[in-house]
Amino acid sequence: MNISEFLPTGIQISYLVAASLFIVGLKRLGSPATARRGNQLAALGMLVAVVATLLDRQVLNYWVIAAGIGVGTVIGAIAALKVAMTDMPQMVGIFNGLGGAASALVAIAEFWRLLSTGAPLTLTSLITIILGVLIGGVTLTGSLIAFAKLQGLLTGKPIQFPLQQPFNFLILAAFLGSSVYFAIAPDTLPVFFGLIAISLILGVLFTIPIGGGDMPVVISLLNSYSGLAAAAAGFVVNNNMLIVAGALVGASGIILTNIMCKGMNRSLANVLFAAFGSDNAAAAGSSGSQGGSVKSIDAEEGAMMLGYARSVVIVPGYGMAVAQAQHAVRELASQLDRLGVEVKYAIHPVAGRMPGHMNVLLAEANVPYPQLYDMDDINPQFEQTDVALIIGANDVVNPAARHDKGSPIYGMPILEVDKAKHAIVIKRGMGTGFSGVQNELFFKDKSMMLFGSAKDVIDMLVSEVKQL
Amino acid sequence: METSTLLAGLFVFVLSSFVGFEVINKVPPTLHTPLMSGANAISGIAVLGAILVSGAQNWSLTVILGLIAIVLATINVVGGFLVTDRMLNMFKKKEA
Repeated sequence: MNISEFLPTGIQISYLVAASLFIVGLKRLGSPATARRGNQLAALGMLVAVVATLLDRQVLNYWVIAAGIGVGTVIGAIAALKVAMTDMPQMVGIFNGLGGAASALVAIAEFWRLLSTGAPLTLTSLITIILGVLIGGVTLTGSLIAFAKLQGLLTGKPIQFPLQQPFNFLILAAFLGSSVYFAIAPDTLPVFFGLIAISLILGVLFTIPIGGGDMPVVISLLNSYSGLAAAAAGFVVNNNMLIVAGALVGASGIILTNIMCKGMNRSLANVLFAAFGSDNAAAAGSSGSQGGSVKSIDAEEGAMMLGYARSVVIVPGYGMAVAQAQHAVRELASQLDRLGVEVKYAIHPVAGRMPGHMNVLLAEANVPYPQLYDMDDINPQFEQTDVALIIGANDVVNPAARHDKGSPIYGMPILEVDKAKHAIVIKRGMGTGFSGVQNELFFKDKSMMLFGSAKDVIDMLVSEVKQL
Repeated sequence: METSTLLAGLFVFVLSSFVGFEVINKVPPTLHTPLMSGANAISGIAVLGAILVSGAQNWSLTVILGLIAIVLATINVVGGFLVTDRMLNMFKKKEA
């Protein structure tokens, strides 16, 4: 074997090593004890793959590439080290978008190279290029819209306009039509630019009708898309490494998407197209009468109830993330612990704006891992719980999900806080949750409302509990 | 590109997807975010494609697009792995 054969073989073997490292890394990411090591293995796999690629004969101008990698590394590192844990959903969202953009650019650049070198454009390569542009483009703008919604730049409510579905189908049809035209006459550049533009528009249209509370599903789905986009780019440049890695990410994103949909007992199609939480959806469900009145208490009474309880279950929701109250919550828990109260946390699968959102925030606040309970484990324990403390959660604790067939959240698995002896609800006001329905929990005799921002209220509770 | 090349790629794609489903199945909720951001970093693998298309000696639109793709994908890779490590480090702290 001479040197000219040796190099390509070496590159392929390095790719095989890198792909194995990705698989082992992902496997280890699935278990708490080995997760950190798993992530490092995956990063090592990426390093191996990048170095191997630099040895490719196609690669000649190292300084340009080095500059690009250098700039990207600095920006990526700064972003990763500076981001607040409460902003993680946005961060993941924007990273998904960058990956999608890079994949689309690879497809576009490769098309340009083939076109300008006069290489034959086969139907197969044109199809892969179209797919690369489409998936990458949708991932980019979809992620940017998701980012804008999570960051509060756009309203968290579904954005709708008249004839939205027909319009979306029209755009999709335009894409398919242009694709056929492009496949027949690939050197008509306006059509190619049109395909790029439509891909970007589709990403926007796909994300704007989805409301804030459904973001865990969207973020996971876009995660999957970013993998599929990379795989599509792999088909374009004919590189197995991209295809393998992209497929792995695509699969993991779909698994998470599925778990999130199950957590809401809704199908993916329903999440994507029902504009859940918009006014029409709410109108359908709010017909149920809300008998009874709401009892409001102050921090002093709340502290008494908590301090003299034997067991307290804390139910965090998006409100805790918004108010950045996780550290205050931990402080409250340790004060209660000092008084001999048993404290547990109940985590709903779709609490927050991304999969595992609450777990990350509580981990940041150093809450011991064994105190966190999944929905299935904690639900049987609520009957023996003295006080359930609900912090900025709403729909995930609404008992209507169990019995009110007219409610839009009917059938969604909930944390059964209404089975506890008392429920204290920390909330900014009587506003409805994401689903747009009023929560019948608030009107029960055993429920008490503590109005205010989660952070302020918990700080007050902490100082009151300290005096007990 | 030949159709046979596409088919070979499809084999790799489908089998890798099955591997992904098998390997990642049954992840505890605590690890959902790290898994997502770790997988996200891996999707920055597009950087390989970007390196290949921007490797040409002379400047052209292809090289410029490829260079932009390198920057974006590298942000994705480096940022993704680092932020995942940061998160997992927090998880570890309290188990001790």
